[in-house]
Amino acid sequence: MSDTWTPSARQRERDAYRRRQNLRSLLIAVVSTVVIGGLLIAGMVSAPGWQRTQETFFNWDKAVDAFPDVLAGFWINVKVFGASAVCVLILGMVLAILKTLTGPVFWPVRALATVYIDVFRGLPMILLLLLVGFGVPALNLTGAPTDPVVLGCIALVLSYSAYVAEVFRAGIESIHPSQRAAARSLGLSGSQTMRFVVLPQAVRRVVPPLLNDLVSLSKDSGLISVLGAAIDSVRAAQIKTAESFNFTPYVVAGLLFLVLTIPMTRITDRISRRYGAVPGGGHV
Amino acid sequence: MSRRLPAAGSALLALLAVAACAPADSNDEASSAGSSSSSSAASCAPADLDTLTSGTLTIGTDSPAYSPWFEDNDPANGKGYESAVAYAVAKQLGYTDDQVKWSTVTFNAAVQPGKKAFDFDINQFSITDERKEAVDFSSGYYDVAQAVVTVKGSKAAGATSIADLKGLKLGAQVGTTSYDVIESQIAPTSDPSVFDDNDKAKLALNNGQIDALVVDLPTALYLASAELDDGVVVGQLPQTGDAQEQFGLLLAKNSSLTDCVTQAVDALREDGTLETLETEYLTDSAGAPELK
Repeated sequence: MSDTWTPSARQRERDAYRRRQNLRSLLIAVVSTVVIGGLLIAGMVSAPGWQRTQETFFNWDKAVDAFPDVLAGFWINVKVFGASAVCVLILGMVLAILKTLTGPVFWPVRALATVYIDVFRGLPMILLLLLVGFGVPALNLTGAPTDPVVLGCIALVLSYSAYVAEVFRAGIESIHPSQRAAARSLGLSGSQTMRFVVLPQAVRRVVPPLLNDLVSLSKDSGLISVLGAAIDSVRAAQIKTAESFNFTPYVVAGLLFLVLTIPMTRITDRISRRYGAVPGGGHV
Repeated sequence: MSRRLPAAGSALLALLAVAACAPADSNDEASSAGSSSSSSAASCAPADLDTLTSGTLTIGTDSPAYSPWFEDNDPANGKGYESAVAYAVAKQLGYTDDQVKWSTVTFNAAVQPGKKAFDFDINQFSITDERKEAVDFSSGYYDVAQAVVTVKGSKAAGATSIADLKGLKLGAQVGTTSYDVIESQIAPTSDPSVFDDNDKAKLALNNGQIDALVVDLPTALYLASAELDDGVVVGQLPQTGDAQEQFGLLLAKNSSLTDCVTQAVDALREDGTLETLETEYLTDSAGAPELK
């Protein structure tokens, strides 16, 4: 007599039915993908200008030729993005906390944070870059940075910290007041409540919109090239394109950005699942 | 399954419709390629030229249009070397001044494949073999030398040789042969700065963010005398390689106009018009010593 559990005949029947259904769904999905993908490709390839487009945008030789320069430029994008991202997250968090402080004594701090966010979120990125990048050195202040890369990073941080501050604030304000009340009634101070109860929950909730801003920052890292700064991947592609009037280097640069941002998204998705950043009642 | 079919079916229908309605090629270059070989024999009179608008010559250039190539950012006033050359070419082809129309075309738009918004584009495009794979050029209407320009008090102001420039922070405009010249001839120890346009490069030079700027010689002379406070032309760079660098008029690849426009430019060079216009609009380059 076996003491291991064996599913009943009915259960086995149900399992087999489910497997068949899954297989069928899979088959349908595959066929539908092949048909739609095939039609899209056929549509593109049969366009009257396809030959020209292929030569100008998807030229393998030009891609190979441009790749080393574009990749070297991309390393600058990654460095600028990394340095700015750290500063943006810190400054954004500080601004969000300042803006959510309660009590009349903090009014000027709240006002300052609000003005900062309104101004820097409202200015077009490129304008801010030109103003900081060429305006600050023109002041001729001793000790002020003149390196365009540093100035570019400052401009990026000014703008993106304003966006990120609002994301963090939304997270902080989404935590139910009962959480604070409970923490305070357990004897935690205001700052302890913030640090141990509110922020950990708030940050988890805003991971997806935060990633949005970081992906956007990674792409805007290339804008600092308007200051004549280091030759980033987009600028390197532009130089290569100007040599031969062939646009393939832009496609190469585009692919490099996708290689950076798509895994970033997948990793964040995984992290947020792991730390339970799920809607209030969990998945239904 | 049966419930999903209509959705899938309509999606497929929509896709097919999109494919069927795809626009026909508006600028069939293959057909004009065939006519270009025959056009050399044909007449270059306005009536026979297959221009964008019949009876009108549409000329493209970028905005801002810089001096001394154009004046007051207005290509249509006939002043400035390139504006004058454009009108001379138009006249040579048989167009009157009021049959010339200008259109603003950025660098990238001028060189991208497909339909062009101009019959030819004049914007200090250097002729290179690599670029000829993508576009057509007329013969050269100007022989270019590259030059180094800076401001008094800069580290570059005292330079007398290419070796003196190696340790400096140099700048150039993106997409120019000036940038290539920095890399190939000067090979500075720090990466050059690359700017969208000369206005930003000028700002950086005034701010001390770069030590010197490499531009074509007429632009260098103009910047030093009119645009920069205390501007100095350090000197011009020697020609390298086999070919003299030249500016050419840019046309669509296999344009039917290329032969006629080239003939017009050649005629203007032969009858001395180009030289006269150079003397009129471009500062004498005698003041710019050659850097070795």
